[in-house]
Amino acid sequence: MKFPSKRKIVTEATQSFTFTRRAMVVGGIQGAIGAMLVGRMAWISVAENEKYSALSESNRVNLTLIPPRRGWILDRNGKALANNRTDFRVDLIPQRMVDADGTIRHLAQLLSLESDEVDRIRDELEKSAGFRPVQVADKLTYDQFAAVSVRLPDLPGVAPSQGFSRYYPAGATVGHLLGYVGPATAEDYQERKDPLLITPGFKVGKDGLEKAFDRHLTGKPGAKRVEVTARGKIVRELTTRPDTPGRSIKLTIDAGLQEYAGRRLATQSGAVVVLDCANGDVLAMASMPSFDPNSFSDGISHLEWNMLSQDDHVPLRNKTLQGLYPPGSTVKPMVALALLEAGVGPQETISCGGAIRVGNTLFHCHKRRGHGPLNMRGAIAQSCDIYFYQMAQRIGMERIAEMARRVGMGQRFDLPFPSQSYGTVPDPTWKERKYDQKWQVYDTVNATIGQGYMLINPLQMAVMAARLATGRQLMPNFLYGAPRPDPGLVGASEDHLVIIRDAMSAVVNGGGTGGAARMNIPDVLIAGKTGTAQVRRITMAERAGGVRGNSSLAFKLRDHALFQGFAPFDKPRYAVGCIIEHGGHLIRNEDAPMIASDTLSYLFDPTRAMEKLVTLEKGWGGTPGERQERQMAAFRMADAIRKGEVPPPPAANASNAANAAEGNAASPAPDNGSDAADAP
Amino acid sequence: MSIIPQPLTQFPWRVLALLLAIAGFGTLVLYSSAGGSIFPWAFNQAVRFCIFTVMALALSRIPVEVFARYTFPAYGAVLVALVLVELIGGVRGGSQRWINLGFMQLQPSEFMKPIIVLTVARFYSLLPVGEIRRWNAIWPALVLIGLPWALVLVQPDLGTATMIAAGGVTVMFLAGLPLRLFIGSGLTIAAAIPIAFSFLHDYQQKRVLIFLDPESDPLGAGYHISQSKIAIGSGGIWGKGFLQGTQSHLDYLPEGHTDFVFATMAEEWGLVGGVLMIGAFMLLFRWGLRVAMRTQDKFARMAAAGLTTTVFFYVAINLMMVMGLAPVVGIPLPFMSYGGSSMLTVMLCIGIIMAIDRSGRRKRRPGNWA
Repeated sequence: MKFPSKRKIVTEATQSFTFTRRAMVVGGIQGAIGAMLVGRMAWISVAENEKYSALSESNRVNLTLIPPRRGWILDRNGKALANNRTDFRVDLIPQRMVDADGTIRHLAQLLSLESDEVDRIRDELEKSAGFRPVQVADKLTYDQFAAVSVRLPDLPGVAPSQGFSRYYPAGATVGHLLGYVGPATAEDYQERKDPLLITPGFKVGKDGLEKAFDRHLTGKPGAKRVEVTARGKIVRELTTRPDTPGRSIKLTIDAGLQEYAGRRLATQSGAVVVLDCANGDVLAMASMPSFDPNSFSDGISHLEWNMLSQDDHVPLRNKTLQGLYPPGSTVKPMVALALLEAGVGPQETISCGGAIRVGNTLFHCHKRRGHGPLNMRGAIAQSCDIYFYQMAQRIGMERIAEMARRVGMGQRFDLPFPSQSYGTVPDPTWKERKYDQKWQVYDTVNATIGQGYMLINPLQMAVMAARLATGRQLMPNFLYGAPRPDPGLVGASEDHLVIIRDAMSAVVNGGGTGGAARMNIPDVLIAGKTGTAQVRRITMAERAGGVRGNSSLAFKLRDHALFQGFAPFDKPRYAVGCIIEHGGHLIRNEDAPMIASDTLSYLFDPTRAMEKLVTLEKGWGGTPGERQERQMAAFRMADAIRKGEVPPPPAANASNAANAAEGNAASPAPDNGSDAADAP
Repeated sequence: MSIIPQPLTQFPWRVLALLLAIAGFGTLVLYSSAGGSIFPWAFNQAVRFCIFTVMALALSRIPVEVFARYTFPAYGAVLVALVLVELIGGVRGGSQRWINLGFMQLQPSEFMKPIIVLTVARFYSLLPVGEIRRWNAIWPALVLIGLPWALVLVQPDLGTATMIAAGGVTVMFLAGLPLRLFIGSGLTIAAAIPIAFSFLHDYQQKRVLIFLDPESDPLGAGYHISQSKIAIGSGGIWGKGFLQGTQSHLDYLPEGHTDFVFATMAEEWGLVGGVLMIGAFMLLFRWGLRVAMRTQDKFARMAAAGLTTTVFFYVAINLMMVMGLAPVVGIPLPFMSYGGSSMLTVMLCIGIIMAIDRSGRRKRRPGNWA
């Protein structure tokens, strides 16, 4: 520039020059920004292409899981104990519902739901976390399913679907054995975060073997990929991968026997366990009354739950594993085996006068008049308490406790069940540890007749029977063909075992206390031992006024009736343990000996055993399913009366109505073949 | 001289071809965006483009002096309209931008974008040469820009206000004001941003914050940017193919035919389509700036460069927004986004630049052609 400038002088020419220069700067900036935009776009679409492609794909494609069919549970002969049925169902997706009350009312009317079902749905809706579907109903007919489907536009949040539901052909009789299935809980989902858990229609094992083998029985879910718009409208289905059904499991259970055992328990609260003496396989393990796993798996109504939990026959407890009972006189063969081992001769005689004094207490025999002189066989057959009081004092508790443990008492078995109570075999060390008290002679006396601290569960009782029968330490097992080591020996000599078996046969067949257990199968004699377990203390006042008969006592105060045995007595094939809670030996054909014996007879002659059962069931008011249905109806009626929805019937009041379906448990019957241990 | 008749050689063929290419491509994208249908968008857009092209060509016949003469009256009229909007305008979506004329909705702020450029250019063309480095050269321009800027900002319409200010300041820059003024005020503004931020509306603050971190709210206010980036990113180099875009067709991309039309395009045509589009726009800006540099008239050259930059702002702000480099401010992409008013504004700019081009050629005709 030629202008001498102290202060810059601007002319047309310089201004024009400045403009050109600045316009080029503007153009340069524009070009730079253009280049930057291209660079940015390349970064997004090339360098980050993979990330954004995946995001775009997850936008576009909605994956719907198809719940896998659950593996079947089979019995030892391949018969289904639990299978799957095709069904139509309707669920609610809480998140998508607009008018919850209106929708439920509409559905209740369409599907004619009972009011307690509606209550359950409302309840579950309240507790639901929003994403978890709530089942409205399943096992719908096609017409019901169609009726809901065509009204879907008016029912947002309602999801009808076709799927599979678990079915237990034997109903309540396998309830505690197999457990049931149900939707996963919110906690399950929080823990595993598996989207399968919140898929409508997917169920997990909730109890029993269903729970223990849940992973094994659960298959791999199928998936349906659909293209959806941002508003969730399905554009088209892309691919569908079918589900892989879960693997089945084969149990050692004999389906027929299991159902028979459950039904044979009649109206009683009891348990029967049958073991195979060859290897310890569990052939039947029934606890009755029970819930019906079919209705549990569908989502149980409040009312049904209330009914089951209020029932004094505790249908919700698995008595075979969680019930602990004083074994009563059923331990006497085991005690006798301990006596033989300690050198007591089988022919040694004790004279029973009806009572003996131990310390300053008078211990009575169950037969007040006394048995007179008895050897071991007679003492077992007649279940004489005095014989065992005296002999046990001679050898001491340690040896008896040791034998008790060898035959499986107090033993915890490795079983596929979530909980198991395993009882107590008391001895001086145990009492010292537990109560910090010295073992007393009367403790030994109590223990020898299975009272006091001694507790056993029905499975352990069957194991004890099987071990006395075989002399081998059989372990109960549920998986068919499961490999296991050869059982060890109980450690008793064969001669001693023969004496015990013979004495146990005399209990049933030789005029003993278990005559009711006699089996009507040619060439098969059952051996066994009856038992009575007291659940109450007999007060001095009562003793003075004469002990009250069980029939005049409240249900909860009656004695437990027990029986353990095996058949045939000389070549044992099957062992059984049976406990009737608060049975009190009141009804002969609903007492432990006959139930155990009939159950075993099913294994030898199923036709005749079944004929007998069907005849008996007529007197009990039908099969367990029928009885439970009636009980439910009565309970529902009572509930309605209590709520004031229905006026009470003039004749019967509400509680009578509820109890009516309980059957004829209250009608007393003479008890001949029972034994009654009379201990303080 | 040439065998081709003069009116034909004078006709701006090249720039028209360029516009036709961009708009034609835009129409194709709108066709796809409607799910493979010329209705409702592609047809309207094509018709509109034809009408506005005719309008731009008509504008190009008007001598530059006429624009210069009517600049201030037009500025005054639009300013009055902006005040009227504030007083009686319709409120829609939280903003007060429209005047209902009975037969159409008028958005005066849209017209202010080209007119502020012409106004500031006119002011500097009238300013005596020696005054350019004095205070008198600055404050009138600032007032001219500041009034409409403030009126649009209170509507509130941050995007348009920014464009008005940017267009005006660009002309000030081109007019030759001392460079230090721009550097100094640039630094001042940078320092003042945090203070200005606190005066923004809640929804504007939110937009800015979410722009800075769109993933913080992928389903809420960050949804637009997230989905737009997904559309562009999933397109890759070659795109998913015409009519194959899922983000747009399944409605994941919001505003896929208006503000975010570039994402719709990029998903189906990929990086290749994007580079071609940006390249085409760059050619358009090059044409505009070359027209400016060829022109001797002070008003005309500043106007040409300023109007080019206004169109550039449309493109740059829209693309930065779509690619997640700027907050969502609602600036459409010229010729591509469906909508009449933005195309009208841009075609006004193009028409005026054409007129400047034509005038320049006429003056130069007696001399040499270069």
